Parts: sequence; C-alpha cells; structure tokens
Amino acid sequence: MTADIAFQALGYGSVLYLISVGLSVTLGLMGFINLAHGIFAMIGGYLAAVAVAGWGVPWPAMLVLAPLATAALAAVLERTLFARLYGRSELDQVLFCIGIVFIAGALIRLGFGPTLQPMPLPPALRETVQVAGMGFYAYKLLVIGVGVATALALLFGLERTRAGAIIRAAVENRGMAESVGLRTGPIFTATFALGGALGALGGILGADVFGLNPAYALDVLVYIQIVVAIAGLGTLRGSFLAALLIGVIQTLSAYYVPEMGTILLFSVVFLLLLLRPRGLFGRV
Amino acid sequence: MNTTPITRRFALGVAAAAASGRLLPARAAAEPVKIGFVATMSGPFAATGEIMSKAAQLFLDTHGRALLGDTPVELIVRDDGGANPDTAKRLVQELVTRDRVQYVAGFQWTPNANAVGPLLNQAKVPCVLMNASGANTTRLSPYFVRTAFTQWQVCLPLGKWASGTRGWPKAYVLVTDFGPGKDAEGAFTKGFKESGGEIVGAAAMPIQSPNFVPFLLRAKEAKPDVVFGFHPGGVQASSFMKAAAEAGLREAGIQLIGSQDLTSEEELPNMGDAALGVITAGQYSLVGDRPANRAFVEAWKSKYGFKPVRPNYMAVGVWDGMHAICTAIQATGGKADTDGAMRALSHFATDDSPRGPIRIDPATREIVQNIYIREVKPVGEELGNVEFATVPAVKDPWKDLNPA
Repeated sequence: MTADIAFQALGYGSVLYLISVGLSVTLGLMGFINLAHGIFAMIGGYLAAVAVAGWGVPWPAMLVLAPLATAALAAVLERTLFARLYGRSELDQVLFCIGIVFIAGALIRLGFGPTLQPMPLPPALRETVQVAGMGFYAYKLLVIGVGVATALALLFGLERTRAGAIIRAAVENRGMAESVGLRTGPIFTATFALGGALGALGGILGADVFGLNPAYALDVLVYIQIVVAIAGLGTLRGSFLAALLIGVIQTLSAYYVPEMGTILLFSVVFLLLLLRPRGLFGRV
Repeated sequence: MNTTPITRRFALGVAAAAASGRLLPARAAAEPVKIGFVATMSGPFAATGEIMSKAAQLFLDTHGRALLGDTPVELIVRDDGGANPDTAKRLVQELVTRDRVQYVAGFQWTPNANAVGPLLNQAKVPCVLMNASGANTTRLSPYFVRTAFTQWQVCLPLGKWASGTRGWPKAYVLVTDFGPGKDAEGAFTKGFKESGGEIVGAAAMPIQSPNFVPFLLRAKEAKPDVVFGFHPGGVQASSFMKAAAEAGLREAGIQLIGSQDLTSEEELPNMGDAALGVITAGQYSLVGDRPANRAFVEAWKSKYGFKPVRPNYMAVGVWDGMHAICTAIQATGGKADTDGAMRALSHFATDDSPRGPIRIDPATREIVQNIYIREVKPVGEELGNVEFATVPAVKDPWKDLNPA
C-alpha cells in the first residue's frame, strides 16, 4: 500500500509539473505572470480528446500533434495579444489574463458544451502492469515517465545547449543580450510557444485528474500558482520538486488524514512562503 | 423656470426605460403571468442551469399550453452564477419589485434558496424549489414548496435497502465536505445501521479536491462490502468514477453505491465502463420505463436533442415544478392571489410525472415520491440507470426526525 501511495503521489506530481512548468518558463523569461496559462492545457486537452474521439486519430499521435498545434496558437496569441502587455502594470496584466481565461472558457463551452469532455485512452494503457510483484496502472507509469523526461530535457536544454544559453542570456539581461546582437522578440515568442506546448502536454496527460471542461483554466489556476510560488518565481529546476512536494502532501493527507482536507496543503504552503518568501529555489 | 435640462444621462435613462418596456403604453391584451426563474447559467456549473431552464421552457411549450389555454405566461430567467446567496437575494428582490413576478422558481443551491426565505415572507410570493435539496429550507418560509428531493429522502432508503434487503454487512462512507454531503452521510449511515449494517469508516473529501484515488485506496484498506459515495455531481462525479476504477474497487470485490448524483445522466456517457454495475438511489432515471417518461424524453429529444445536455433528475424537478405552477395559475385564473396559489401548490399531485406518481405533502410542502434503486447497465448503445427496485411514496424523513 505504501508503494501505491508513493506511486499516486508521483503521478499526481507529474501532472502538476507538466501543467505548471510552462508558466515557470514564461514567468522566468518575460517576467509576465500569465494567469491564463491554464488555457493552453485546456486547449491541448480538448484538441486531443476531440481528435481521438471524433476523428479516430490515435492517442499517441495526438500526444505529439496537440502540443505542436497549441504551440503554434500560443505563438500567434503572444504576437497579437500577450506581447502588448509586457512592461505594463501588474494589475493590467492580471485583468487581461483573467479576461482571456473567461473568453477561452466561453468559447470552449460554445463549441463543446458544458459537460466533461472524455479522453479516450488506448486499451493498452488501461492495463495494470506488474513490476516487482506490485501492480501499477500503465497510464500513470507513462505520465510519470513523461514528467521526469520533460524535467530532464528542460534542464539539459537550458544548461547545455546553445538555444538554452541564448534564452538564459535574454532573461539575465535583456538589454545586454540585445546589444550583443540577439533579437529578443522572437526568442520570447518561441519560449512562450514552448510554454504552451508543455501546458498542452499536461492537459492531455492530466485529463483523468483535472477533467476537461469549460472551467478548466480556473480549476487548475490555484494549483499552478502554488507550484510556481513554492518553486520560486521563474525557476525551472524548482518546479519539478515543488510539484512533487504538492503531490506528496495532497496524496498523503487524503490517505492518512482525510478530515484535514486541504487545510494541510495550504498550511504547508503558507509556512513555506513565510520562511522563504521567494520560494525554495528563488533567486534572492 | 423649472424645466428639466435634457442631459445625456437623462436621455439615456429615457432610452433604457423605454427599452425595458416601462414607458410603453398599453401592453398586449392580457398581462402575462410572470415566473421568475433563478438558476446557474454561467460558471463551472452552467450545465445545470442549461438543463433547468430548458426543462422549464419545454413544459411551458408543451403541457403548459394545454393547461393554461390562452393565459400568457412569461418565464424570466436570472443567473445566480453558482452558490452565491447574496446574488440570489438581489435577483429575487429585483424579480419581485421590478418585474413583479407572481411566482419565483428554480434554485439549484440550498444556500441561495435559504437566503431568499425572508424576502418571500415580506413579499408573500410563492417559491417552488426545483433542485435545492437542503432539508430545512422549507421551514424557513411558508411560501416554499419543493418538487425536488432531499438527500435524506434518497439516502435513507438506500441505506436501509443496502443492509436490510440486499444484506451487505459493512459499508465505508465517502462524501464531499459540504452541507448536502453531510446530509447524505447522516441519512445513509442511519438507514444502514437501522437495518443491521456496520459503518467501518467514513471520510469527508474537500469539495475542490481533484484527486480521489488516495481516498478510495484508504476506503479499500478498510475492507468494506460497499463504498457509499456522494458527490455534487457534474464533472467531479466523472473524475470520481475514474478514480474508483483506478483504485481497483471492483477487483477487490467492493461494490460502489451512492445517490443519483454519482451517475447523473448528463455525465454518464463520459464515464464509460468505469460506471458499469454501480448502484444508486434516485427519484428519476432517463431510461425509467414509464409512458410519461418516454413522452417526456421524446419531447426533449425532438426540441433540444441530447447534445450538449440531456434530461436528468434536475430536469424532472423543474418539469414537475412548472406543472405545479401552471396548475396554480389555472386555479387562481392568473390573478395575483398568493393564498390561492399556495393552496393549489401545496395540494399538487399527479400520477403522470416522468418519475411516477408524486404529490406535495400539504403539512410540510415537501414532495412525496418513489425512490428507485438502479444499476448502471448498457441500454441500447449507451449506459443507463436501470431501475430494479422501488421504495414507494417516500416522505422526507428529516422532518419527522427533526420536529419543528
């Protein structure tokens, strides 16, 4: 049973990580608190669910195609809408994002109705896999695998590649980066698109936890913000650990002290932020 | 000179007043009887408002017309946006003072309904509760009549049936941590114990919890024969069913049972195989085999189709509620006569509801109805809640257990 609980915590943590890491990326890079980040997870999830259920596209194909399509949409939205808000006051940014969330939710409701959008999974993923004498739900194994792989790829990509170096340079000092000849505008667009793609991946893989519905972006908002705040604004490394921490706390409290409800989670978040206002890995 | 200067604001006011019909002289021949309908038309629970308002309009367009002849009726739908008591209060105040409605109806949320009780007492306007299920609401004003249900009415018979008739000895109770969840827990526990069953554990899940697997794993540990689950329904119910499948309740030989919210008709298609074999209690099933229900479902299908929403117990609560209101309008000849309307409403009875025979108990103004025990089975190409046992003419037990 302990293995079961640990497995659940890891699975839930991975979903939280995938949904929120995109926000960490854009926040770190552009200093723009994109509260509307959840819409990319929602759009990715709906794209995949509709394509698989309605048009018979295989689920694994949509796991790749939906994030790509969402990335393209995110890039367009960044150019046309979000870019106008860079450097504006925080209130402007927040109002704008919440407006986007409501518009996206209303459009989804108009197109797909108000009820849950089911995500059909391939039968192979709904099996229980035996590992070392214990049964694991195959789908959760995949979710955990993708979560860990994404975390490693992001870390490696930012620390060890040329593209990563460019992004880091643009983040550290935009003016200096521009004066050595980097065009930061396209870098921002590309990074925003990457954030959208990661969100879409989370939306698809997390559809069994955060059900796809028109209020999705609001459903996940609190959790995304907790992960980002605990991690430290804009750190990628911290996001995975923060998501894992939230996953562990929520799963353990539900199993051992269900009567504590969400009190435990929010108390821990409260204490952590009291002790480390910049989060676990925030730059001082 | 005392002339009023025509400022822009004044002009706007005139335009607004004209638009709202205030300045228009002599309306149509007969003044329509207005029904103020409060439901949740936006936000995360918008699906329920859509179901409720569609059901109301459907009744008025079909049976309503036959009942009322050429007495015109106007349905004024207002959006409370969710469990917002203050909003509900403001809406009802506007409906009563500005729109001059003769009846108030709808209400999904118990807190919203409770908040308008004092207003009804002042305004002396009848209010038909078509979905709010908090047991004490009808005590808060003599102008409340309920055509919905109460959690006690549904869950107490289920508890008795589960341990008494069906003979399951041990149950684990898992409810959402809010008013109706507590009602469901209390009612099921009482019924289950009275018929000799034992409750081996209970937990209240936070209402906004997205991940139910750990709660269900804990329940599985306690090795009960049944897990009783309660949910406010909607999207969360689907997540809960998936979690139950993932936690392996079925493989462990544990039966999942609950109130009808667990397998509500509009989410059932989204639950898939995870819902198969789940046993629930409720007053209405879409696949209920009654002529009145077949006619009701056909009427819905031809007017709205089954996308995006299909009729469920909420739709029927509204359908019967509108039936009661139309009967009252008929009895009072469409005149504003609160006493006459209340008399008609609290004696309303019909054998031809989609849910079977129903009546209002004049003493409590609560509905008396059959509670059906149902199992999720394939019906044609889809899943349905198939009724297989009936507890006839159930009164709200809470009123007897808690005398005023």
